[in-house]
Amino acid sequence: MKRPMTLAEKILAAKAGLEVVEPGQLIDVPVDLALANDITAPIAIKIFREAGIPKVWDREKVVLVMDHFTPNKDIQSAEQVRLCREFAREQGLIHYFEGGNCGIEHVLLPEMGLVVCGDIVIGADSHTCTYGALGAFATGVGSTDLAATWITGRTWFRVPESIKFIYRGRLRPWVTGKDLILYTIGDIGVDGALYKAMEFTGEAIKRLSMAERFTMANMAIEAGGKVGLIEPDKKTLSYVRKHSKKEPLVFKADRKASYLEVREYDCEKIEPQVAFPHLPSNTKPISEVGHIDIDQVVIGSCTNGRLEDLALAAKIFKGRKVNPNVRAIIIPGSPAVYREALRKKYIDIFLEAGAIVSPPTCGPCLGGHMGILAKGEKAVSTTNRNFVGRMGHPESEVYLASPAVAAASAILGRIASPEELGL
Amino acid sequence: MKKIKGKVWRFGNDVDTDVIIPARYLNTSDPKELAKHCMEDARPEFARQVEPGDVIVAGKNFGCGSSREHAPIAIKAAGVSCVIAESFARIFYRNAFNTGLLILESPEAAREIEEGHEVEIDPEAGVIKDLTTGKTYRCQPIPPFMKELLEDGGLIPHIKKKFARVRLEEEAS
Repeated sequence: MKRPMTLAEKILAAKAGLEVVEPGQLIDVPVDLALANDITAPIAIKIFREAGIPKVWDREKVVLVMDHFTPNKDIQSAEQVRLCREFAREQGLIHYFEGGNCGIEHVLLPEMGLVVCGDIVIGADSHTCTYGALGAFATGVGSTDLAATWITGRTWFRVPESIKFIYRGRLRPWVTGKDLILYTIGDIGVDGALYKAMEFTGEAIKRLSMAERFTMANMAIEAGGKVGLIEPDKKTLSYVRKHSKKEPLVFKADRKASYLEVREYDCEKIEPQVAFPHLPSNTKPISEVGHIDIDQVVIGSCTNGRLEDLALAAKIFKGRKVNPNVRAIIIPGSPAVYREALRKKYIDIFLEAGAIVSPPTCGPCLGGHMGILAKGEKAVSTTNRNFVGRMGHPESEVYLASPAVAAASAILGRIASPEELGL
Repeated sequence: MKKIKGKVWRFGNDVDTDVIIPARYLNTSDPKELAKHCMEDARPEFARQVEPGDVIVAGKNFGCGSSREHAPIAIKAAGVSCVIAESFARIFYRNAFNTGLLILESPEAAREIEEGHEVEIDPEAGVIKDLTTGKTYRCQPIPPFMKELLEDGGLIPHIKKKFARVRLEEEAS
């Protein structure tokens, strides 16, 4: 009988054209999409040119998204983008995003239908693992690995061991996919899934929106994971059919597959989570946070910049005012999210509350621009990392949370649960 | 691979890529510029005082966070000859081999070797010697595939070599 395989193993075996694969095995696979951004593409372009190869392997599968410092923050970042633009033109790339069509890469790509179930995606961006929510084997690589794929259309992987996470029960009020993933990282640590595939399962996952599933897969890297996978279901397929013309390839884990570890969580016990500085694993339930005054709130990013995230924030901002001591920055993750948020009047609600609405950009998440912290300032952010200096001064602090906690915190001027607003 | 000798700079667990090279400096990919800000938010004096050949010793999960290849590039351009750690984050691990930065996994050495000690490393034999204490450590052998990459001079030369071989075979047939 064939060796039963995990979801990660099933995708990799099929794509490598092998009957079975097992953890530790080195395999060579064709890549369905290769992504880079305005920070990582310039190095890949230099390497590609030095290799003396005239054309990328497939101009429809090389994607460049100029999202990190957009709108370009200074001359040097504008020069980096110019280099990418020239490369995109020279190579005749179909999917080049800059300016009005540009969104945050991991919000944009699924929305544009560029990734579907069963794809192998590599991206010179660590949050490429986001597409695991579609049941795609997607992972971050460096610029050299990416340039190699531009040449060959393939990449190598060591088949990872898998850890299965089972989320049982119903979510409590104001608990979201963001809270589940923060809780998980808090449980296993920032290297708890180092080199491993994380497989998110259980009835609570089935009930999550696609936006929340993207949030969970997105942060697999914060536990050191290679991928964060969710088995496609009806919700996944209806999302993919709505957004893409590509045919999805649905893989499911074998029932008897063997996992390095299985961890089960009772969602009824999980409160909204806050990750304290300076690691995403430094989590506390909201009831144990205490009184922490804040200077800034950021709602957005590849983690929480989707329409559902803005809808959640709007529900809390509606009819309320941002605390005068707080700058609340809201960043729709893509032009489509922005337009839909306008149509649904979320943007009106944010502006009436006294928030700042930014164009789609990674901007403050990585301390690039559009919301940098001064020495000693504290921010609640729906982003993915709270490392030292991540959003600005090395002595500033970032607290990671869901859009619900971030919005309530913006109103109250301190880290707070929406329940404190009587919601 | 040549033997290496250098002075140790110690760092803790989970040294992330934002500490290795903060994103605010990623508006360039010039190795010399990046080297100026290497480890800036953890030890501001590092970039100024590090000397060619010096060695970084750190705890677990070194290089966690972003996929930025600027991180191993900055470390290498700062003059660091080798990073010894208990473990490395996945993307950083690949990037280090791809950019030619020597990294060695040795939990015992990573825990015991102290700041300022002089170490001698024989990468071929997988041996680290703390010259200050005289103690010798073995490190995890470099996986054969990664060694092949190193021997070919990195991933791109490796691919070009493979391409050339395929072409030869095609011509022969």
